[in-house]
Amino acid sequence: MARGKSPPITEAWRGITFTRRALVVGGAQAAVGVALAARMAYISVVDNDRYVLESESNRVNLTLIPPRRGWIVDRNGKALANNRVSLRIDIIPDRLHNRDVVLGQLRTLLQLDGDAMERINRDLKAASGFQPVAVAEDMSEAEYASILVRLPEMPGIAPQRGFARNYPTGAAVGHLIGYVGAPNAEEYQKAKDPLYITPGYKIGKDGLEKYFQPMLKGKPGARRVEVTARGKIVRDLDTQPDVQGKTVHLTIDADLQEFAARRMGRESGAIIVIDCLNGDILSFVSMPSFDPNSFSDGISNNEYSWLRADDHQPLINKATRGLYPPGSTLKPMVAIAAVEHGVDPSERHTCIGGYRLGNRFFRCLGTHGSVDMPTAIEKSCNSYFYWLAHRLGYDAIAPTAKLLGLGEEFQLAGSNQRYGTIPDSAWKMRRYDQKWSASDSLNAVIGQGYVSVNPLQLAVMTARIASGRRLYPRLINREFRNEPLPFSAEALAVARAGMDRVVNGAGTAVRSRLPLDGITMGGKTGTAQVRGLASGSRGQSGAWKYRDHGLFVCFAPVENPRYAASVVIEHGMGGSRAAAPIAKDIFTFLYDREKAMEALEMFEAGWGGTIKERMDRDYAAWKAGASSDPNPELPQ
Amino acid sequence: MIVVPPAIQRIPWKLIALLTAITGFGILVLYSAAGGSFTPWAMQQTIRFLVFLTVAMVIGRFPLRIFEDFSYIAYIGVLVLLIAVELLGFVGGGSQRWLNLGFMNLQPSELMKVTIVVALARFYAQLPPGNTHSWTALWPALVMIGIPAALVMLQPDLGTALSICIGGVVVMFVAGLPFWWFGSTAIAGAAALPVLFSFLHDYQQKRVLIFLDPESDPLGAGYHISQSKIAIGSGGIGGKGFLNGSQSHLDYLPEGHTDFIFATMAEEWGLIGGLALLFAFFLLLRWGTRVALKARTRFGQLTAAGLTMTIFFYIAINLMMVMGLAPVVGIPLPLFSYGGSSMLTIMTCVGIILAIENDSKTGTRRLH
Repeated sequence: MARGKSPPITEAWRGITFTRRALVVGGAQAAVGVALAARMAYISVVDNDRYVLESESNRVNLTLIPPRRGWIVDRNGKALANNRVSLRIDIIPDRLHNRDVVLGQLRTLLQLDGDAMERINRDLKAASGFQPVAVAEDMSEAEYASILVRLPEMPGIAPQRGFARNYPTGAAVGHLIGYVGAPNAEEYQKAKDPLYITPGYKIGKDGLEKYFQPMLKGKPGARRVEVTARGKIVRDLDTQPDVQGKTVHLTIDADLQEFAARRMGRESGAIIVIDCLNGDILSFVSMPSFDPNSFSDGISNNEYSWLRADDHQPLINKATRGLYPPGSTLKPMVAIAAVEHGVDPSERHTCIGGYRLGNRFFRCLGTHGSVDMPTAIEKSCNSYFYWLAHRLGYDAIAPTAKLLGLGEEFQLAGSNQRYGTIPDSAWKMRRYDQKWSASDSLNAVIGQGYVSVNPLQLAVMTARIASGRRLYPRLINREFRNEPLPFSAEALAVARAGMDRVVNGAGTAVRSRLPLDGITMGGKTGTAQVRGLASGSRGQSGAWKYRDHGLFVCFAPVENPRYAASVVIEHGMGGSRAAAPIAKDIFTFLYDREKAMEALEMFEAGWGGTIKERMDRDYAAWKAGASSDPNPELPQ
Repeated sequence: MIVVPPAIQRIPWKLIALLTAITGFGILVLYSAAGGSFTPWAMQQTIRFLVFLTVAMVIGRFPLRIFEDFSYIAYIGVLVLLIAVELLGFVGGGSQRWLNLGFMNLQPSELMKVTIVVALARFYAQLPPGNTHSWTALWPALVMIGIPAALVMLQPDLGTALSICIGGVVVMFVAGLPFWWFGSTAIAGAAALPVLFSFLHDYQQKRVLIFLDPESDPLGAGYHISQSKIAIGSGGIGGKGFLNGSQSHLDYLPEGHTDFIFATMAEEWGLIGGLALLFAFFLLLRWGTRVALKARTRFGQLTAAGLTMTIFFYIAINLMMVMGLAPVVGIPLPLFSYGGSSMLTIMTCVGIILAIENDSKTGTRRLH
């Protein structure tokens, strides 16, 4: 009614207006009050479930407990990889506010060296959000306690009492088992598993650890705790224990594995031992190796550079990734092929110190005179095999090589194989668009030229010759048919007889006869040239990396073969000199451990201690500025 | 029949019971918020309440005439204090809202909430009825509101500035100024909001934006609103029980003993506790409104209505804030939140309204 000025404004009118307007104000206030009550009812009744949930997720913090990783054990249940208690300190990057101060304090408290600080800084850069970065593992109780008491001053530091992977034999199983490590950001993105960013959780990064990751990983436990807004734990609510990962049983013999690795000494190479009954791999060694314990703890930059700088290539698994010209170790295989193609093993060829092909003369290592097939193997007479190859052509031999496992990629757990080449005319045409020549056959038959194999294939070949069955190598109990090879008994017998005489007759490895009663070993040496013959050097001297490789394949006992092995020593200068003595000791170990250990301890005294002692010393020397000795002392 | 002595009869027992109930409930919540301890808040709040209640009762005994006589002087005095704060703040650097009197920090802006109402009530009480619709009824009031509001905005304290404006505007409204003035101003104000928004400080703008979308910054300033709603919502109907509020006890709820005390209470006492508190506030405001309606003088009417609105504004803005209906402005919940300044203001309001009530019992109405 307000607008008109016509009715005079009186005190009475003003009184009425006041009452009316005061009631309007009061009413508006009441309306707001009702609205507030309705709003509160809506939040606390209708949305109650949602907010109860949010309140709980505020209050309760779920911490995953990383599961204990399953063990990896050998054929007798002895641990190749297990877990040990580990006191550790991590940094949670997102909670680290005063990085320099905290790192400085850690450095002083834990006496971290520049190497460790560098690694921590590198990991901090690469880490994503809440992914913890390991500062120190395997700390002593005293160190751990010194951090615990200063925890309030160091936000972002997370102490943990957990488990760490442990490899009791260290470097001896490096290439066999692989190693574990904290998942990186990429792996976390792929897996989207919160466990991947839990402190202390490791996944398999290489080898069997990676291959068997699904089996080994186990199920995480969980701890529910009540936390304040600042992350302080008020009390434990409940804890669900973790479930340890399953145990993986390998066919490996842990003792043999360690012995073989140690027996390798300062050499670079590979040793494979296979059970001739079922293809079980008893030993799978590539040396020198890295210590998987170092990798599992987060390897330092320095240590990694040291490993990379070593010209013996400790980071390469030579057992399956090393390709070598097999040299004369293929001669028993060629003998089988020849017999299968109708060559009479007793037919003789006269070695005149070589073989003339057209206007070229292919040299033999000696002048052996008139030799039959077993003698040719025994003496490793190149002339005889040149003669066979010229007569049969390599296309007749290559299928036998392939039947014996050469050039084959095996289904082997956790391995990444380079399977090399067994050449034939079709292969050369495909590869080089050239015709196969007779000289190619001659080169190939003595395991040179285009031929390349890995040590595992050599061991499988030997096991197949020894058993007469198509054995497949295996690291776990996996069923293969292992059917008999389509070779005549005569052919196999000639090859085995020749190999018997190599060691026990007047052959190239007589010095490596087994020092055992009633058990003999058959074998075949091989010396593979690293440089072409044309260079004039015979590869028996000069710089280490130009020396010949030494190879030896063998089986025992001769009468009823049970074990087969291959030993490859890079730049060892000769199979009989470098490889055969190692094979001898390994087979001795299989039958008489004490005797073998005695021999090993003598060697190790000369080499300067066990693998770990030598590695520690080399690393210290390398860090001190000296690079590792490029020409290590050779045994014998 | 029990004969109650008149001296005791004159004491407003019902009002004291109501104030004690509200504050007592608040003290219980403070006790819980401290983790089941009388220190540091509950004990001090109790002492403070007893002191200020006494002050309010004493003020209530004053003759109403005194307030009317001293209203302009008080207004000018507080205005001088506000300017002093502004100058000191300028010297000290940054935002300053209080004067350090040695024994307490005095916030002149709090006093202004009361004095603006009293001063405007006096102005309209003296205004001849015929001028109610004239220009002379408007501009002095706008100046009286505008100067302190602008000074408080400079501090900057948006909540208090709004409170001063609302108290003043309500006095103007109930004084009978033309309805369409208010309507058109409201429309113009709504249209000018974007312009006003641009005058706000960065942090104030941010608060408003976050209020409009709290989830946009769940760990920053939106955190307050989100956590407050979680506390209220998770309390449900019956609450989590006394001393069992996880949001407040585990520090998720910021300012759980001051601005967000309602959320602390609602988490432990639930909807029932919240409605009980709202009902208690309703009774308090109803008392104020009734006093206004029954007041003997025009000054009493306008003052009681304006002060009731001032109390209401505290309650409404605070509750809207904790329930996510208003931006986070630092306004405590009257009598409930821990803190002296707001309790002093509220108790002064209560005391003056009580004086008006006592005045209305003493004589006949003379509304001029």
